Amino acid sequence: MARIHLKNMAHSYLPEPQGPQDYALHPLDHVWEDGGAYALLGPSGCGKTTLLNIISGLLIPSQGQVLFDERDVTRLPTKARNIAQVFQFPVIYDTMSVFDNLAFPLRNRGFAEDRVRARVDEIADMLELGAVLKKRAAGLTADAKQTISLGRGLVRSDVAAILFDEPLTVIDPHLKWKLRRKLKQIHEQLKLTLVYVTHDQNEALTFADRVVVMQQGEVLQLGTPQELFEAPAHTFVGHFIGSPGMNFLPCRVDGDAALVDGQRIPLGDSALAAAAAAAGELSLGVRPEFLSLHDSPQAGSLPVAVDAIEDLGNYKIASVRLGEHAIKVKVPEDQPVAVERAQLTFNRDFTRLYAGDRLLG
Amino acid sequence: MNKVQNNKAWLLVLPVVLLVAFSAVIPLMTVVNYSVQDILDPQTQVFVGTEWFYETLHDRRLHDALGRQILYSAAVLAIEIPLGIAIALCMPTRGIWVSVCMVLMALPMLIPFNVVGTIWQIFGRADIGLGGAALAGLGIDYNYASSPLDAWLTVLLMDVWHWTSLVVLLCYAGLVAIPEAYYQAASIDGASRWAVFRYIQLPKLKNVLVIAVLLRFMDSFMIYAEPFVLTGGGPGNATTFLSQHLTKMALGQFDLGPAAAFSLVYFLIVLLFSWLFYTAINNMSKS
Repeated sequence: MARIHLKNMAHSYLPEPQGPQDYALHPLDHVWEDGGAYALLGPSGCGKTTLLNIISGLLIPSQGQVLFDERDVTRLPTKARNIAQVFQFPVIYDTMSVFDNLAFPLRNRGFAEDRVRARVDEIADMLELGAVLKKRAAGLTADAKQTISLGRGLVRSDVAAILFDEPLTVIDPHLKWKLRRKLKQIHEQLKLTLVYVTHDQNEALTFADRVVVMQQGEVLQLGTPQELFEAPAHTFVGHFIGSPGMNFLPCRVDGDAALVDGQRIPLGDSALAAAAAAAGELSLGVRPEFLSLHDSPQAGSLPVAVDAIEDLGNYKIASVRLGEHAIKVKVPEDQPVAVERAQLTFNRDFTRLYAGDRLLG
Repeated sequence: MNKVQNNKAWLLVLPVVLLVAFSAVIPLMTVVNYSVQDILDPQTQVFVGTEWFYETLHDRRLHDALGRQILYSAAVLAIEIPLGIAIALCMPTRGIWVSVCMVLMALPMLIPFNVVGTIWQIFGRADIGLGGAALAGLGIDYNYASSPLDAWLTVLLMDVWHWTSLVVLLCYAGLVAIPEAYYQAASIDGASRWAVFRYIQLPKLKNVLVIAVLLRFMDSFMIYAEPFVLTGGGPGNATTFLSQHLTKMALGQFDLGPAAAFSLVYFLIVLLFSWLFYTAINNMSKS
């Protein structure tokens, strides 16, 4: 178990990076707490696998350090780092039984056979692999194989962190929740530091205490699922997290409100204070969940045209237009929505202001 | 399930039946025809039943040739398979050297059998061959024309030089197909180099190795051109393998009956060995 400190770290696959565009991973400085569950979330090619490989020791970062509990492991090989990793597709030793698979890391480290046996039995019990211990690993289902990969990491009692590289990719949908639940359970039981790479926001948000959202080699936000939802630090986070994503409207600030096509939308105090000093294009961001539609004018409501309504079962998504701008609104299932015109109100506490894609205030 | 009577299906199968008939069944039947008759001249044929088979199976020279053949194939496999795996493991996996190694590896395989025989025949001569002269210079008494052991080693070396590349290329293809994650996992598990080979690479190479062993077994079991060019099966009968023996019988002495019977036995031996090997490997992976 360990606290992971990524100190002023950056990585480029080129030997002599010329500018920011040459970096696969832009400089970052993070402390990941011991026992935390972290998810690295982002689209393909965003640098999350690069970051994972640096932590696991497959890559040495071009600059900066990786510290496990203040111990510098930047240049240590994978073998010496005491980490466990579960890969995208199951990696098992085909010719071995499940027991031998689990015992492999211990035997390689020269443990006595009776200690190996005791530890493997313990882990097999925890992972519910006891019944298949004597079977050949090759004949098992994908989720059982992934469990074995996880088990090979867990048998070492000194393991510092467990890394997951999109571990549910090849698992059947109906087994995904089962395996994910098992992972969560193990995490609660052992209090290990977990790092989970995924491009699926649902996986990230349900699994992790803290989510690291990345895009094009840059960490855009590190926060709890709630923070990502309520106050995305970057327009990309707003778009990427949530379904549908956040609405963004170009605006300018006038007094205590934002002006969008001449319509006044009231803002919170912190946003207003920050806006005074902000440079760059301003835009207003609000999630579909923090908007509401009404049939008749309310205090501060704005008239909008209703383009379409999608019924998604337990809620509806209304596509409306405020002047030129398309906006998505999440409407409760039981609320009737007028087909052409409606009144839109903004929840002031969750209406954010962005300057050049970054959150203000 | 209701069976539909449709005789048109036979028509569609006909081309294949004809092809197989002319390419395999009819030639084989000709051999079967020879093997049960004593043909004195085109007009005089005597049906002899299994007599040729009986004679063939009790022929001491054939037993000797079969023994030599089995020993030879075993030696070829014992050298080429481990050597091929070892070379494949040493080959680079990326960069310009990949193509260079591939081409160098493929070169020996492009050379016809009898040319390989000729190359080594000249190479091994003490008077005009580089290899033979070098050995003579080192004081080693090497002469494939008179020493059975030297002739054996030369024929073996020829085959290793000619065909190890095949094993290398097959194994190399198998090795590069192993996903990187396996090596990463092994590294995390603290596996030694040997453990990586034993538990990751070797199991993943199993399928290509089965093909390599079968191909090299069948080929080496039918070896003909190299010993024929080198010493014509000599010195004495030292390098007279089954094919040499068969050729002497069929074309040298024109004993078509015994030769045909022997051909069939030969064919069955190759088939039997291949089948046994294949079945054994399949059962191994199931248990």
